[in-house]
Amino acid sequence: MTATAVRAQRTRSLVLHLICIAVGALIVVPVWFGVLGGFKDNGQLSSNPLGWPDPWVPNYLDILGNGVFWRQLGNSVLIAVSSTLIVVGSAAMAAFVFARYAFRGREFLVTLFAIGLMFPFAVAILPLFVLLRGMGLLDNPLGVILPQAAFGLPITIIILRQFFRTIPAEVEEAAVLDGCGSFGFFWRVLLPMARPALATVSVLAIVTSWNNFMLPLVVFSDQSWWTLPVGVQAFQGQYADDTARVLAYVVLSMLPALGFYAVAERQLIGGLTGSVKG
Amino acid sequence: MTRPSTVSDTRRGDTATDPPAPGPGTARKRGRQPRPGRGTVLAVFLAPALTLFLLLVVAPILVAAYASLYKWNGFGLPENFVGLDNYTRAFADPTFRGDLWRGLVLVVLSLAVQLPAALALAMLLNQPLRGRAFYRLIFFAPYVLSEVTTAVLFTLVFSPNRGLGEGVAQWLGADAGTVFADPDTVLFAVFLVVSWKYFGLYMMLFLAARQGIPKELSEAAVTDGATAWQAFRHVTLPLLGPTIRISVFLSVIGTIQLFDMVWVLTGGGPIHTSETLAVTMYQYGFRRFEVGYASAISMVMFLLSLVFALFYQRIVLRRDTAGAITNQGGQR
Repeated sequence: MTATAVRAQRTRSLVLHLICIAVGALIVVPVWFGVLGGFKDNGQLSSNPLGWPDPWVPNYLDILGNGVFWRQLGNSVLIAVSSTLIVVGSAAMAAFVFARYAFRGREFLVTLFAIGLMFPFAVAILPLFVLLRGMGLLDNPLGVILPQAAFGLPITIIILRQFFRTIPAEVEEAAVLDGCGSFGFFWRVLLPMARPALATVSVLAIVTSWNNFMLPLVVFSDQSWWTLPVGVQAFQGQYADDTARVLAYVVLSMLPALGFYAVAERQLIGGLTGSVKG
Repeated sequence: MTRPSTVSDTRRGDTATDPPAPGPGTARKRGRQPRPGRGTVLAVFLAPALTLFLLLVVAPILVAAYASLYKWNGFGLPENFVGLDNYTRAFADPTFRGDLWRGLVLVVLSLAVQLPAALALAMLLNQPLRGRAFYRLIFFAPYVLSEVTTAVLFTLVFSPNRGLGEGVAQWLGADAGTVFADPDTVLFAVFLVVSWKYFGLYMMLFLAARQGIPKELSEAAVTDGATAWQAFRHVTLPLLGPTIRISVFLSVIGTIQLFDMVWVLTGGGPIHTSETLAVTMYQYGFRRFEVGYASAISMVMFLLSLVFALFYQRIVLRRDTAGAITNQGGQR
């Protein structure tokens, strides 16, 4: 490479870095403002929105010392984990049948679930509410868990079915020769083999549940069941004048999601790109 | 992949819920006897998913369709049949018509700004660049934050006097306290926050698709004398077609049901200028207990999504795969 080519290459990569840093700043600065803002009081927020807090105000400790945040965190975890177990369990069973059995009506059922992929959740919320009220599931975590699981079925079934189809028929034949029935094959051979796919759909289900707002908003009028999104919104309403305090609450509620992302990035991105791409 | 191809030949003689019938389709399973019959297996494995889905997804939509024909407050059974009155009322309602218009504006903005920006960044991150994994991690991070958290954060960022937006707004000659309160700017402000959260998703989809295209293709074009832009325009871009079309689809469906973000940022205000179909539906259904009317709005959302999906699947996605939604390629 000539000296000019090297220089051109350097300029080019410098420009690319500058663009990336500019875009990155758009994302990081609001979050950073929130993180630091949580350590300030409102006076500091207006005089010094981006600078270092002085003095450091214990907004975070106040919130962490109060049971409400932990309760909401616990509710979010309980609901996310239960929804995920139910949706992945039932979807895996259905996907197994859809992938490996030929039967009349199969294509109809698969299409039915696939259409479910484009039901806007908001369409069903009102009748769902009436239905849950009728079943006595308002102010009951099952009132959020079961519908979330139901609405998660389409994407979960589609991803798992695709994966199950890639497992060669010889594996099943070998299992049958070794005395495995359908249930034994599913439980002892297929599921262990499908671990990566199960991880992917579980991560998707957890994130979806974690971020769900509309359903817990209408199902839980009892505050003790509120999940973090509902809690954050209510906290903002309650402390509308105390910006710093609300910032602290928002930041704390972001942490589990960001931490989870750091751990499960690969599954999350793999699931999204794999399931959406044709 | 051997099983699925047998569907068509087995279909005729195969009765799904009839275990002992040894039709041609069950022949290959005979080795499994005397295990539980095929029908039992099918029933047991399908029951949980089907029950959940029919009860909590399909039934509510049917109920919404039914309720939309009644004037109903949501208590007791709907009795006051009004035919299509709720629909005619909706289409005469300026808020509802405004919702449709604002949805269109959001979709157009997204297609004109968000998706091209995401595509450009994806192409950029496809270059050999030190630290690109880190950039990618940052760009995608907002996607994992909930819409509510994002919306509350941005409400505070643009809060009057205390927010970060103050400086930016002064610089632009505007007033930070009013971006979400000014009917002229509110929809754009909402759009920017939506883009902040979602552009990383589209970027990731484009990036995955770009990495699935063999490098040799654009290299060959460049060797043949194409400029980098020409190689992108005539080689890479067409090959990204399927992903771009899916992204457009996701963006439209997402806009039709946009609720959390708007509800927390503005509640649909000021004077309905940022209201969406889902917000209007929520207002009528959960605040004013006009469940019949709100169901009609739900049905419009549903039909819009369905018609768009079918139309899009038929006209636009057809050439990509036999059904890009139902037929996923092996991307792992």
